[in-house]
Amino acid sequence: MKKSGPGRVKNNGHKSAALAVQLPKCPTGIQGLDEITGGGLPRGRPTLVCGSAGCGKTLLAAEFLMRGAVQFDEPGVLMAFEETEAELKANVASLGFNLDRLVRRKKIVIDYVHIERSEVQESGEYDLEGLFVRLGHAIDSIGAKRVVLDTLEVLFASLPNEAILRNELRRLFRWLKNKGVTAVITAERGRESLTRHGLEEYVSDCVILLDHRVSDQIATRHLRVVKYRGALHGTNEFPFLIGEEGISVQPITSLSLNHQVSNERIATGVPRLDAMLGGRGFFRGSSILLTGTAGTGKTIISSNFAQAAARRGERVLFFSFEESPNQIMRNMHSIGLRLEPLVKRGLLRFHSARPSLCGLEMHLATMFKEIATFKPHVVIVDPITSLMDLGTVSEGKGMVTRLIDFLKAGQVTSLFTSLTQGGHALQQSEGGMSSLMDAWLLLQDFEGNGERNRVLYVLKARGMKHSNQVREFLISDHGIDVVDAYIGASGVLTGSARMAQNSLEKAAVLAGQQEAARLKREVERKRMAIERQISGLRADYESESAELRRIADQVGISTRMLTTERTASGILRQADTKVAAGPRVRAGRNGRGY
Amino acid sequence: MKTKAAKRRAAAPRRPAKLWQLRLYVMDQTSKSEAAFTNLKTFCETHLKGRYRIKVIDLVKQPHLAKGDQILAIPTVVRRLPQPMRTIIGNLSDTARLLVGLDLRAAN
Repeated sequence: MKKSGPGRVKNNGHKSAALAVQLPKCPTGIQGLDEITGGGLPRGRPTLVCGSAGCGKTLLAAEFLMRGAVQFDEPGVLMAFEETEAELKANVASLGFNLDRLVRRKKIVIDYVHIERSEVQESGEYDLEGLFVRLGHAIDSIGAKRVVLDTLEVLFASLPNEAILRNELRRLFRWLKNKGVTAVITAERGRESLTRHGLEEYVSDCVILLDHRVSDQIATRHLRVVKYRGALHGTNEFPFLIGEEGISVQPITSLSLNHQVSNERIATGVPRLDAMLGGRGFFRGSSILLTGTAGTGKTIISSNFAQAAARRGERVLFFSFEESPNQIMRNMHSIGLRLEPLVKRGLLRFHSARPSLCGLEMHLATMFKEIATFKPHVVIVDPITSLMDLGTVSEGKGMVTRLIDFLKAGQVTSLFTSLTQGGHALQQSEGGMSSLMDAWLLLQDFEGNGERNRVLYVLKARGMKHSNQVREFLISDHGIDVVDAYIGASGVLTGSARMAQNSLEKAAVLAGQQEAARLKREVERKRMAIERQISGLRADYESESAELRRIADQVGISTRMLTTERTASGILRQADTKVAAGPRVRAGRNGRGY
Repeated sequence: MKTKAAKRRAAAPRRPAKLWQLRLYVMDQTSKSEAAFTNLKTFCETHLKGRYRIKVIDLVKQPHLAKGDQILAIPTVVRRLPQPMRTIIGNLSDTARLLVGLDLRAAN
């Protein structure tokens, strides 16, 4: 018992110190059960596991024993009243346990107790000391710390004297406690009591009830800790599964919100979308919801995201609940996304299953297993709504919570697509899930002008600046592109309306350009006209000034000629007019402007 | 019960020739165990004189033997021979039941 002390504290390292002073606990090793019970079953005390036929009592008990032997080095004794050793070995082999080897290595002792009422005659008083001896011998032979009695109630059918039997059972449980072994006793569920023969009155420390219910043709097993004396425990009913690796209980309420967070951002594969998300995409490890009605391009955006991540060298796990991997790859090829090489390189893995294949819990367990083995950086679930439809709203939400918590604990970025039915307000229909998501992209159809166009906007993105704009998003042979949508008086303009608006603007620009060109030409023309006028005037002036010069010259010449003539005639007349004529000639020359 | 009776009748002629092998499982020297041994001895002397052998097994000393004969209750008498095997539990104080249990009622 002392040996187990530190182990238990380690298991609950994140819990408050108050738990440390509680009852010592014995870890079962069963996935989830230790979380619900806060560390395991009460150590050194008997625990009753009851339930109706086929709900997994024996498996739970056997797994408790085998995990004890394998993981916690606590040998165990299995006293079977119903199944023989060979049957038990075959049963647990399906859980991946080699019971035979454990028996050979003296980690487990199986004692098959067979008692046939028709072969036993009672004569006088007796007690069940023989059972004690057998059990005691088995415990001592391997130093067992754990004991399973499956199913003790068979004794009620085999032994005729119930009074003796009850007395002996009471003694048995006390004896087990004195032995200090942690015991699991299985019992059939009674009609009005927990067990058919009221075994619960002997076991007061811990009672676990198993249940197998069918709703909507899908069977789900549930586990509930009815009683756990002296310890806090989850009181809810928890769904559990019997899978290839044993029982796994998936606790919802034991999840705590203390994940590590990353500041790293990862691109979405659509540059414009990254720009809308503060320019750098989503946070690593965040959960992203992508909602939209049918045909809005959810799978395309998811595939783009997957491709972008895989190209960065990250592992991507794509859960598809609507399409087969080949179909997705073919369809994505049509828009220029080549996923096959990524699949071949082992960076992208698809997991396709019909939602109706099995219950919600089974799907979840399969997903957990896939995630645990593939260790992806990015998980895509397309669409999460098909899964959620399998259960009630609260079950669905519980499932998503568990999935997100599981992924966040491993800093796995998750992208969930959600198919919204037409006619619902988008924001309302996802109310159950949206609060769990860190980022929410909304894809929407816009109908008008006889066409349907896709728009995209960021409804929320925790912890980052993000665009408030509605963008149109286009799918072409070359992938997807996000473009600005026009916001007009009548709302958002997309598709041809956007194109029309585009043309209108183009026309306006063209008209402006044309007007400017016309004005320019006009100015040029005016300038030309003025220049022509100027040159005309200059020509006039030139001709006039030439005329003037000619006239002046003529005047000069005629004056000289006159003078010459006068001189000549004066000479002829011998007149003395030379002095008077000189200044007149000189004055005429000066007037021509030297 | 009819089939049992039929078997008894069929087996009856051969029975006297057989040796009865009885095993009495006890725990140490409890009063119940001692009473059982006394009762069995008396019974055999009465009904099977000369053709019985009783082996007393003390489970405190040989606990590993409890598994072989599927012993739960103490005391237990197991009729190893003649076949088929018979088991009677208790301190054997009820002789009538012991007769039925050991298939001896027909012999009386």
